[in-house]
Amino acid sequence: MRTGKGAGEGSAELLIEGVAKRFGDVVALDHVSLQVAQGELLTILGPSGSGKTTLLKVVAGFETPDAGRVTVGGANITALPPAKRDIGMVFQNYALFPHLSVKANVAFPLEMRNVGRAEIDRRVGEALAMVELAGYEARLPKQLSGGQQQRVALARAIVFNPRLLLLDEPFGALDRKLRETMQLEVRRLQRRLGLTTIFITHDQEEALVLSDRIAVMNKGAIQQIATTTEIYERPANDFVADFVGESNILHGTMSAPGLVALPDGRKLMVDSEAAPGAKVGVLMRPERFAPGGINEFTGEIVEAVYLGTTFKLRLACEGGQELLVRQPARGPLPAAGTTITVGIDPEAIHVF
Amino acid sequence: MSRRLLVAVCALIYFFLMLPLLVVFPISLSSAPYMQFPPPGFSWQWYERYLDDPQWIDATWRSLYIGGATSVLALLLGVPLAFSLVRARFWGRALLDRLALAPIIVPTIILSVAIYGLFAKLKLIGTWYGLVVAHTVLALPFVVLVIAAGLRDFDRSLEQAAEGLGASRWKTLARITLPLLRPSLVSAGLLAFISSFDEVVVALFLAGANMTLPKKMFDNIMMEIDPTIAAVSVMQILLVSVVLVLIGRFGRGLRDSAR
Repeated sequence: MRTGKGAGEGSAELLIEGVAKRFGDVVALDHVSLQVAQGELLTILGPSGSGKTTLLKVVAGFETPDAGRVTVGGANITALPPAKRDIGMVFQNYALFPHLSVKANVAFPLEMRNVGRAEIDRRVGEALAMVELAGYEARLPKQLSGGQQQRVALARAIVFNPRLLLLDEPFGALDRKLRETMQLEVRRLQRRLGLTTIFITHDQEEALVLSDRIAVMNKGAIQQIATTTEIYERPANDFVADFVGESNILHGTMSAPGLVALPDGRKLMVDSEAAPGAKVGVLMRPERFAPGGINEFTGEIVEAVYLGTTFKLRLACEGGQELLVRQPARGPLPAAGTTITVGIDPEAIHVF
Repeated sequence: MSRRLLVAVCALIYFFLMLPLLVVFPISLSSAPYMQFPPPGFSWQWYERYLDDPQWIDATWRSLYIGGATSVLALLLGVPLAFSLVRARFWGRALLDRLALAPIIVPTIILSVAIYGLFAKLKLIGTWYGLVVAHTVLALPFVVLVIAAGLRDFDRSLEQAAEGLGASRWKTLARITLPLLRPSLVSAGLLAFISSFDEVVVALFLAGANMTLPKKMFDNIMMEIDPTIAAVSVMQILLVSVVLVLIGRFGRGLRDSAR
C-alpha cells in the first residue's frame, strides 16, 4: 500500500456503530451508526451544534467516544491514537504548518512514515501535480491564496494513500466562485483516487453538488441517510424537509387512501399509501407548483422576487396558509397584491 | 492644543528617563580622576581600567555564565510548567498559576533572606550554581508568562493535523509546537538572562567572594567611587540593549499576545 503507484487503493469501508458522546449534560452524539462504502463520498449535513464535527473527530481519533465503535476495512480503530489511523484530513482552516514550505508540508506525513528521500520527492511531486501546484514547492503557506492553501492541504491529506479522507467544511473560507471550482475539483480527485471520503458541511447546496449520499444530522442523531435525490424529494421528517432546500410543510391526517385532511378543512390529493387516520407531514417544493395542477391554491401575492431563472412568490392563501412558490421567469414579474391560483399534482407532493 | 501638551509631557518624561544615560555616557569618557560633570576632557582611561582589572573581567564573565545558566534552567522548568498551566486540567491548577508568579510579588529582599537561610544550611553560599538556582526562581515568572501567552494563542488544530498525519506526541512537539513557539522561547530565555544579569539584591546575599558584575559595581560605589563604574554601566547598558533588540527582532513580546 505504501509503495503502490495509484493513491486510494488502500482506501477502505468505514463502519460507525452506536457511537455516543456527551460533553457534560450535552449529548453531542446519540448512538450514531452509519456506513460508508469503499470509494464512496458521504456528506454529513447539519446545522452547527448538530454533532457532525464531533462525529468527524471521533473518526479521526481526536475525541474518544463514550460508547460504540469505529471500524475501517474491518479493523476496529476506536482506541487507536490519531497517528496510527492512516486517515487524511483537511481542516476547516487547512491547518497548514506555517513554518514549513509547501513541499515540507506535503512531505510531512511521508517523513513520519520513514519513507525514503527519493520516494518522498517523487510522491510529493505527484501529489502537487495532482492539485495543480507543481512549481510552488518552496513557498510558505502565507504566500499562497486561500484556494492554493486548500490544495496544499488536500495534497498533504492524500499523499500517504490514506484509508479514509475527512473534509471538515473545507470550502467555508472561499468566495463563491472559487468554492464551486474547488468543489468540482475535489469531487473529481476523490473519484479518480477512489477514496472513501466523509465530507462535513452545513451548506445544503454544497452537499447536493458533492455527494453520493447525504447523512442529515440534527441534535446528535442522524435524521436520514440517503442519496441526494432521495433526501431532496423524499425527506424522512420535518427537519430534513426544512433543512434541505426550500419547502412548504403542512401537517394533516389521512382521511382516506390518497387523501390528506388539513387542519383548515381542505383536502389534498396525494400519492401515498399511508393508512387512513395516520398523522402525516406533507411537503410541497416551491418549484413543483404549476398552473393547472390538481390540488389548487388561490392566494394573494405578498412578496415577489425576481431571481434570474425563476420568480419567487410568497402567497397568502385563504385560510391563512402561507405558500412559497417558484415559477419560471417568463413575462413581467407579478405585482404584489394580485391574486393568483397555482396547482400541484399528487405525484409532486411528498407525504411522510 | 491638547495634542501639543501631550507631546510636551511625553518629551519631558522621556528626557527624565534618559537623563542618567546623558550623564553616564560623558562621565565614562572623562579625563578627570573623579566623578565630575560635565567632564573636563576626553579619555578612554576608565574603559582601559575596566579591561585591565581582572576583578572586573572575572565579575563580568561570572555574570554572563550565571545569566546563561539561569536562562537555560528557567526555560527547562518554565516551559513544561507553562504547558501544564495552559493545557492540563488538574486539581490546584489555579493555585499553581498564582504561585508561579509569586517571585514577582514577594519583595526581593525577603526572598533573599529566606534563600540565604536555606542556602547557608545547604552550603550553597558563594557558589555560582547556588546563585543560578536563586536567579532561576526570580526568572521563572517571566518565562511562564511569556510561554503561556504564546501557548494560549497557539492554534491547536496544527498539532491535531500533525498527529493525524502520523506524528507521535513527541514528534509533534519537536517538529511543530516548539518551532512555532520559537519567538516566545527566544523572548523568555533572553528576559531570564537579563533578569539575572542585572540582579543585585540576591547576589549581595549569596555571591560571597564570587562577585557578579552588579555586586562588584555596588561594592565599587560603596568603597572607591571612580568613573570606572560609569564605563562599566555603559558596557552593561549596551549589552542589555543588544539583548532587547534581539528580542524585538527574533522574539515575541508580551504585547504581541494582545493582537
